[in-house]
Amino acid sequence: MTITMMTAHFPALLAAGTFATPALDDYLRILPELVLSIFGMIVMVIDPLLDPERNQKPLGTIALIGAIAALGSAFIMAGHPGTAFSGEVQVDSFSIFFHVLIIAIAAVVILSSYEYMAVQRIRAGEYYGLILFGTVGMCLMSSAIELVLIFIALEISSISTYVLAGFRRRDAASSESSLKYFLLGSFATAFFLYGVAMMFGATGSTSIPVIREALLAGQSGLLAYVAVAFMFVGLGFKVASAPFHIWTPDVYEGAPAPIVGFMSTAPKAAAFAVLLRVLVETKAPGWFWLLWVSAALSMTLGNLGALVQNNVKRLLAYSSIAHAGYLLAAFAARPDLGVSAAMFYTASYAAMNVGAFVVVSHFANQGEKYVTLEDYAGLGRKSPALAAIFTFFLMSLIGIPITGGFFAKFYVLNSDLKSGLVGLAIILVLNSAIGAYYYLRIIVMMYMREPRGDVPVTTIPLAAAIAMAFCVAATLALGIFPGRVLDYTTQSADQIVRGDAPPVSVQQIVIPLEAAPR
Amino acid sequence: MNTASLNPIVLTLVTFIPAFGGLLILFIPRRDRDIKLFALVISLLAFVASLHLPVHLHRNLAGFQFEIDKPWIASPNIHYHMGIDGISVWLVVLTTFLTPLCVLISWKSIHERVKEFFILLLLLETALIGVFTSLDLFLFYFFWEATLIPMALLIGMYGHGRKVYAAVKYFLFTMIGSMFMLAAILWLYAKVGSFDFVIIQNAIRSGSIANFPAAANWLFLGFFIAFAVKVPLFPLHTWLPDAHVEAPTAGSVLLAGVLLKMGTYGLLRFNLSLFPEQARHNAPWIMVLALIGIIYGALVSLVQPNMKKLIAYSSVSHLGFVVLGIFSFTTAGLNGAMFIMLSHGVATGGLFMLAGILYERRHTYEITEFGGLATPMPKYATFFLVTVLASVGLPLLNGFIGEFLVLSGAFQARPIYGILAATGVIWSACYLLWMYQRVFYGKVTHEVNNTLPDLNLREKTALVPIAVAAVVMGVAPIMWLNAIDPAVQAALAPYVQLAAKVVGQ
Repeated sequence: MTITMMTAHFPALLAAGTFATPALDDYLRILPELVLSIFGMIVMVIDPLLDPERNQKPLGTIALIGAIAALGSAFIMAGHPGTAFSGEVQVDSFSIFFHVLIIAIAAVVILSSYEYMAVQRIRAGEYYGLILFGTVGMCLMSSAIELVLIFIALEISSISTYVLAGFRRRDAASSESSLKYFLLGSFATAFFLYGVAMMFGATGSTSIPVIREALLAGQSGLLAYVAVAFMFVGLGFKVASAPFHIWTPDVYEGAPAPIVGFMSTAPKAAAFAVLLRVLVETKAPGWFWLLWVSAALSMTLGNLGALVQNNVKRLLAYSSIAHAGYLLAAFAARPDLGVSAAMFYTASYAAMNVGAFVVVSHFANQGEKYVTLEDYAGLGRKSPALAAIFTFFLMSLIGIPITGGFFAKFYVLNSDLKSGLVGLAIILVLNSAIGAYYYLRIIVMMYMREPRGDVPVTTIPLAAAIAMAFCVAATLALGIFPGRVLDYTTQSADQIVRGDAPPVSVQQIVIPLEAAPR
Repeated sequence: MNTASLNPIVLTLVTFIPAFGGLLILFIPRRDRDIKLFALVISLLAFVASLHLPVHLHRNLAGFQFEIDKPWIASPNIHYHMGIDGISVWLVVLTTFLTPLCVLISWKSIHERVKEFFILLLLLETALIGVFTSLDLFLFYFFWEATLIPMALLIGMYGHGRKVYAAVKYFLFTMIGSMFMLAAILWLYAKVGSFDFVIIQNAIRSGSIANFPAAANWLFLGFFIAFAVKVPLFPLHTWLPDAHVEAPTAGSVLLAGVLLKMGTYGLLRFNLSLFPEQARHNAPWIMVLALIGIIYGALVSLVQPNMKKLIAYSSVSHLGFVVLGIFSFTTAGLNGAMFIMLSHGVATGGLFMLAGILYERRHTYEITEFGGLATPMPKYATFFLVTVLASVGLPLLNGFIGEFLVLSGAFQARPIYGILAATGVIWSACYLLWMYQRVFYGKVTHEVNNTLPDLNLREKTALVPIAVAAVVMGVAPIMWLNAIDPAVQAALAPYVQLAAKVVGQ
């Protein structure tokens, strides 16, 4: 009796005998992850066979094909909603949304890395491999509905990004960035794991639907609050929200620019997905004030920090803290309003921020020499196209209409106001005004200052141009026709909020609560 | 061809022709002449298309015409809703009228980054027209904000002196101001579930919005601050002189000619039509601010050594008249306010063009640098005189009509306001004519001014429409007023009811 009970509550730890044999559908439901892993391995295997000086392009192309194939397989996956592997993974519109988003980010980052790899002379094999493996972890985070699997996915994604952050080996700043990220990141993941353990203690399960039932039954007690707080610390670190944001500027400054574009969007999107699952889908207790305070702090500290930055990467790091705050402000709203706003925000933030970093990494040139604000002086004169594209992304980050950034902020504001969070809405509006100032500083720099002679401007290579065009198109599409994406996010948000996931396998549904381990 | 068949799409055409042309310029190779010609053709095309509006407008009807209303985004409920009435139609035409002149006047003065300049100019035109044509509050807010960026870039990239400071100041003032409006718009949306101007107006009038009476004054103020910054109403005017002095000529022309009218148009369209009771309630102090603006602007103009700054402060004074007229809640006052908006656009736009022409020749706006210019530049002096007189309000020129109507409206509302405002007319004669005297009469004080060339054909082409418009508007104002009046009557209807209620008690 107890054994089967335990199976129900903690399938990951028990003998395989009690599980149904995985069927084809189970594999289809993790198809993108499988495709990404296979291509990641192909890249790693082919790497030593190629001339290390000139292997960047072919490897990049393989990785890109992998990402595109994964994107395609995400649509196959979308055709098979339901849970897989005994309720470890769940394919619903929520996870499909994040799969498409994360894989698209990875594809754009790979495209934007082409030139960077050549200019910085970085070993390409591991680089592209790690991007793909990291993407596997992030995708898995968005579809896992079992806390231990979420933890494993989190680790896959984190370890890949730790290594990627240190890829500019010749530069001490990059190693510093990597080490800092690794140490603090491990610390934060440990918090998350503690939280998972406590949640297990409180509810007797690590499976999100079961936890939800247990919490709704209202016999969770203080432990559940502590568990939620601990998990929030771990995830708060990953999304760089205050007060767990201290690492961000240093890490972003040292890491390779395309990777910063990746780090500041994809793992964040994944962590936000987990946060939504953990907090909203489980109807976790005590999340409201956690989110409120963290949102207000992130917005304010991020924006104030960005005001005084002179390095564009650091500036964008602080801006990403602020944007995490705007996102959390959506989380703090009533779930039926806030979740779709948060998902929309994630998508448009990804489009504009990756785009901005494509520009930054192209402009930084060899050894990332040109990353200060002064280097951007007169760019509008020297390279009107690059300046115009950067301006467009910055305007989206400010939140000016017909860009995705505008509607993103708009929906957040709207959901906050409708939930009666007038205080948070006011903080958000004031922060947007502060934010406008430092983004404008860059625009002013580019258009209204005389160019500096010693900053070279190279022509934009095709791959980077495609990456930029894609980001511009996505930002613009989200800004002019937000309707379709919003409908989709609203629909998946409904599902998360109501928790009526596709039917779960039998072992999961029967929950004799009195047997829950204490 | 029956052009009336264009009615449903004409507003879309007029609004987006400039932006579309601006996008096409992106693909024209960097040959400055081609770009300028193309921009001129596009702006003329927009002007011709916009003439469709007054021609086909049913002048005796008060409601919105040429309407187009298509759902755009389902959630939030945003519609692509455009339409104009007798008030906005002229502001659209004013915009399309001034833009080709701006292109002409920038022909020589812009010689680097020409492509970007004309793209920005055309994008600005679209945004300006959009402000006057949109009937969905969201769409309106979008165009409202969209005017901000091209204008700030025009000032910051092509201006002179402390251009960056001026551009940033302009941007921050208007941006912060409009945040309050956004908050008010969102509140209304949250309660009504629609951004549609007409729906919101009906909801307010029928009293079906919960908590409306408690919030109404805040909503009124939210809109009011955004518009007051733009007008600019004393004491929010400090960005204006900076922006004007540093802006390139075309920027100044559109800034004074059209951008400021966005503020007064907003007051008329939103503050007056949506919140009649609050408007009445707040009118006394707003009128006092307007009066201070009239007199303060005039006095500061009087002592300006810089020609462009003088004209800029004169705008503060003239726009004070407009606000005074609007908040007098009288037919004459509102008609006059509308008419001043148009005549100020023409006359002050013209003055800025003339100042720009002088700047191209001497690279200064200091009045003391000139003197006796009538001798070397007789044609220039003539055009300048006509424009100055139009601005002063000489009868038979356009400035007179509006000021007269506003003053009579102010007298009806409260005689002392009329008397005080009338001194503004005197002051404006003082500072403008005194400036004219110092610049054009007497002996040529600086040797270099003897050699200044008079107007060339291009400059004359740009100035003749201004002079003609000033005269025609002054002689036959009825052509404009017969369209304005029904719309104004409709806007005033709730005030008549309110007044009746007060009397009834």
